[in-house]
Amino acid sequence: MHADTSEAGDAPVKLACRGLWKVFGEHADRVLERSGGAPDAAILARHGLTAAVRDASLDVHTGEVFVIMGLSGSGKSTLVRCLSRLVEPSLGTLTLEDRDLLAAPERELTEIRRHQMGMVFQHFALLPHRDVLGNVAFPLEIQGIGRDEREGRAREMIELVGLDGYEARRPAALSGGQQQRVGIARSLAVDPELWFLDEPFSALDPLIRREMQDELLRLQRVLHKTVIFITHDFDEAIRLADRVAIMKAGEIVQVDTPERLVLSPADDYVAEFTRHVPAAKVVSVSSVMRHEDTAPAGAAEIGAEERIEAVAPRVLAAGTSLRVRDPGSGRVVGTIGRDEVIAVLAGTGGGHE
Amino acid sequence: MNEAVAERTGAGGGLSRTAVTVAAVVLALFVADRLAGWLPWVGVYPGSWELPVSDWVSGVMEWLLQDAAIGGIGFRSVVRSLATLLSVPLEAGTLVLAKGFELPFGGGMTLPALSWLGVAAALVLFGARVGGRRLATLLFFTVAYLAFFGQWQSAMTTIASILVAVPVGLVLGLLLGLAAYRHPAFERVLRPVLDLMQTVPIFAYLVPVLVLFGFGPVAAVVATVIYAMPPMARVTIVALRGVSEEILEFARMSGCTRRQLTWRVLVPAARQGLMVGVNQVIMLSLNMVIIASMIGAGGLGYDVLRALRRLQIGDGLEAGVAITLIAIATERLGRALTDGTRSRARLPRRHFGLLLAAVVALPTIAGVFWSPLAGVPDALTVSTAEYWGRLVAWVNTELYGPLNGAKSVLLVYVLIPFKRALVALPWTGVVAALAVLSHRLGGWRLAAGVTALALFIAVTGNWEKAMITVYLCGISVAIAALIGIPLGIWSAASDRVHRVTTTVVDTLQTLPSFVYLIPVVMLFQVGDFSAMVAIVLYALAPAVRYTDHGIRGVPAETIEAARMCGCTRGQIRWRVQLPLALPEIMLGLNQTIMMALSMLVITALVGTRDLGQEVYIALTRADIGAGLVAGLCVAFIAMIADRLIGAWVARRRAALGLA
Ligand SMILES: Nc1ncnc2c1ncn2[C@@H]1O[C@H](COP(=O)(O)OP(=O)(O)OP(=O)(O)O)[C@@H](O)[C@H]1O
Ligand SMILES: [Mg+2]
Repeated sequence: MHADTSEAGDAPVKLACRGLWKVFGEHADRVLERSGGAPDAAILARHGLTAAVRDASLDVHTGEVFVIMGLSGSGKSTLVRCLSRLVEPSLGTLTLEDRDLLAAPERELTEIRRHQMGMVFQHFALLPHRDVLGNVAFPLEIQGIGRDEREGRAREMIELVGLDGYEARRPAALSGGQQQRVGIARSLAVDPELWFLDEPFSALDPLIRREMQDELLRLQRVLHKTVIFITHDFDEAIRLADRVAIMKAGEIVQVDTPERLVLSPADDYVAEFTRHVPAAKVVSVSSVMRHEDTAPAGAAEIGAEERIEAVAPRVLAAGTSLRVRDPGSGRVVGTIGRDEVIAVLAGTGGGHE
Repeated sequence: MNEAVAERTGAGGGLSRTAVTVAAVVLALFVADRLAGWLPWVGVYPGSWELPVSDWVSGVMEWLLQDAAIGGIGFRSVVRSLATLLSVPLEAGTLVLAKGFELPFGGGMTLPALSWLGVAAALVLFGARVGGRRLATLLFFTVAYLAFFGQWQSAMTTIASILVAVPVGLVLGLLLGLAAYRHPAFERVLRPVLDLMQTVPIFAYLVPVLVLFGFGPVAAVVATVIYAMPPMARVTIVALRGVSEEILEFARMSGCTRRQLTWRVLVPAARQGLMVGVNQVIMLSLNMVIIASMIGAGGLGYDVLRALRRLQIGDGLEAGVAITLIAIATERLGRALTDGTRSRARLPRRHFGLLLAAVVALPTIAGVFWSPLAGVPDALTVSTAEYWGRLVAWVNTELYGPLNGAKSVLLVYVLIPFKRALVALPWTGVVAALAVLSHRLGGWRLAAGVTALALFIAVTGNWEKAMITVYLCGISVAIAALIGIPLGIWSAASDRVHRVTTTVVDTLQTLPSFVYLIPVVMLFQVGDFSAMVAIVLYALAPAVRYTDHGIRGVPAETIEAARMCGCTRGQIRWRVQLPLALPEIMLGLNQTIMMALSMLVITALVGTRDLGQEVYIALTRADIGAGLVAGLCVAFIAMIADRLIGAWVARRRAALGLA
């Protein structure tokens, strides 16, 4: 994981797309061809077409948790399915590391999916006719891996998600949370580099959802996957994301850290999403601290990446200012005191702005 | 324009719309009836106008058999090799289960058939494993009945042919369903073919099968497969469509090849739905047992048929009960297998398999030395045929008066007048009335289709027979509805009644249609009345089931709302439940009509004079053309009823916002 959540720029780009379109409807390809690659809304409407994804460009960096957010029907699922080519994009380019994914023939794509991609689905998509072990081992089985090896690996994954003891259960005999754990274990069985999760926790009730989010964070700390995570729940995005892309009617309107989305939304749509989010939840210490070390000697220390919400009790309880240290470089980078924290909590502190 | 007015004025408008339709239908009939006085052809279709369609069909068949060839391979030899292919497992099954092998070294050395005791014990053990004590008990009584009532040999012959027909039907249905799922264009072709296969009466395609494959078990298996396969294809399409998009996406994301996706994900994930099809194929195959024996199936079916022809009620009843027991036991076995309660079993699967093998093998080997183990010893078998014979005699002497009285009253005052009236209707009037009705219900396309179907019946010279069919079917359906719908209402109102009716209806539906004829003939001799009783009994089930289901399907909230408005129970029933359930009840009625028509053809055996008899006669004369054309006429009557009711239900549902 990144020490500095505000910039994802250092790591190499894993998956990139440029000018990606997906248009549904009859003769969509012909209409697109005629309009020369940049169809406008009027043309699409005239032919009764739906542009589920419009001109999407993204860079997803190795090891980051990249969240795609938007209202229902805004095209999130379609976008991820384009990125994995489950849905064939209508226009644009798509590269995985240096490979042109759209040019890859079916055979190569199958290989990439078998070894480099994993996906978790909203409604779990477990195979009803197999037990937990059989489900988790399935992706390995179709690669032709021998029974002992694949079951050994599957057992490891089941243990990783905390389901040991449930190997012989059928999916129907599991709770929703447990089913999704199976889904997660299964998607991890091939040790993918790219991990797609399409609203994996939306079908779960709020308590379980929180628990599963913690689980995901724990796994990610161990596994360092490149994660593309879809949600329509901004709280979920804040908890998990390094960066968030916000979609509206097929278009990506802003890609930023949760903090910057709250503090400087690109438009009213984004602002509407983030309005009910307390600033303390997203604002990090580093963005409100004073950039000089003025804390008294012996003052307690906190991390620069921590959120105000998490450190507020400590800062308010301490009589003095606290020293801020960047855990990445190990250097002291600033000082934070009561005033800054209270300003954020009261909603009047705007960080940089 | 009338429509717009009617729609706008709501409920009252709906009534007037109906009134307009009824008036138009009556007018059409009346005008035609008047005209017939001047122009005879308006009343009765002139014989000289008939097209020799059946001769054409026979001609095509002749050509197929004699000259047709695809790529140099004659049609005939294709059929021959298919027959050989089927005959191998069929004979093997019969030998293993029923007859035993004659070893080819001469000297009369034989390898015995499987011991009855071994097979029986293995079946009971298997039942206990998959379905617990209840199923084991059922299987115990079934095998005991088969063994001790002297039905074992015939039963094994029947089971051998079922064991070939069912897998062939399943695989064929599955493959067709898969193809239709993959290629919508293929589905558009397949659907009407399946429709036709399910509505053309069985007897009608027995004839071509007989001509192509010759009299014998192979022809019987082919006919069984044709009869039993369509539901599997249909169920497959539905079941595969039901597999969630996500699961398919998951399969693709795991890097499944096309084949892996089909056989490791799609088909297994749909298995719950597919099992419905499996169950149907088994039931229909068993239903076909008696009919298939007309073209050489042998076994239990032949026993029933022979007994029925000789009016030996007792023997027929015993063999019929054997078929029924096999059907019920198989159905329960299938259900237990799909419920998947197997995980409770203590013994691992492989060990259990070995145990079963041993249970079958040991008595079989021992049977070589001690014959009572090989075949059921005569001393152990009993027969009740004699008592049944006496019962029939007693019924005929003691109950003749009241039974015959009731029969005569119904015949004289209801059946015969209705029949006369229908036959006397001018054919042009009926066609016009149908056209009007279908236009009102479903627009021009429906009207064109229905008129074409009705004209086919007239043009092929089957009009009068068709009217007799409509009369018998109509009376039977009316009676079935009069009994079935109130039963359904009652069963929807009380859970206890519901449990009883479900069990009874389930059992009624597992009985092969032929079995209904036996007690009916026993009580009422042959004739229209017996046919009607058998049809009513056979076609009753859907009327009960759909009514019950429809009323139970009315949302609880709606009932609560009605109760809060202060409706009495009777008001709730008549003003809320029944109107809302009506579309579903009509679908049940539709199903009743379909079943009545399929039974109608079978009742030809007890001497009716309708299209069914026509088909049956064609069968005995191996006249392909006449059989197929008469069969198509029956199918077309079924289709007209189905399309009209379907259109009405769609309209009604849309009006109720049930979509
Ligand atoms: N196969 C398809 N054919 C036609 N239109 C489609 C198809 N799939 C999606 N769409 C349309 O594309 C748009 C985006 O759908 P998509 O499923 O990507 O939205 P989403 O953001 O994932 O929504 P949700 O939060 O409900 O999952 C919608 O308007 C939808 O109706
Ligand atoms: Mg979605």
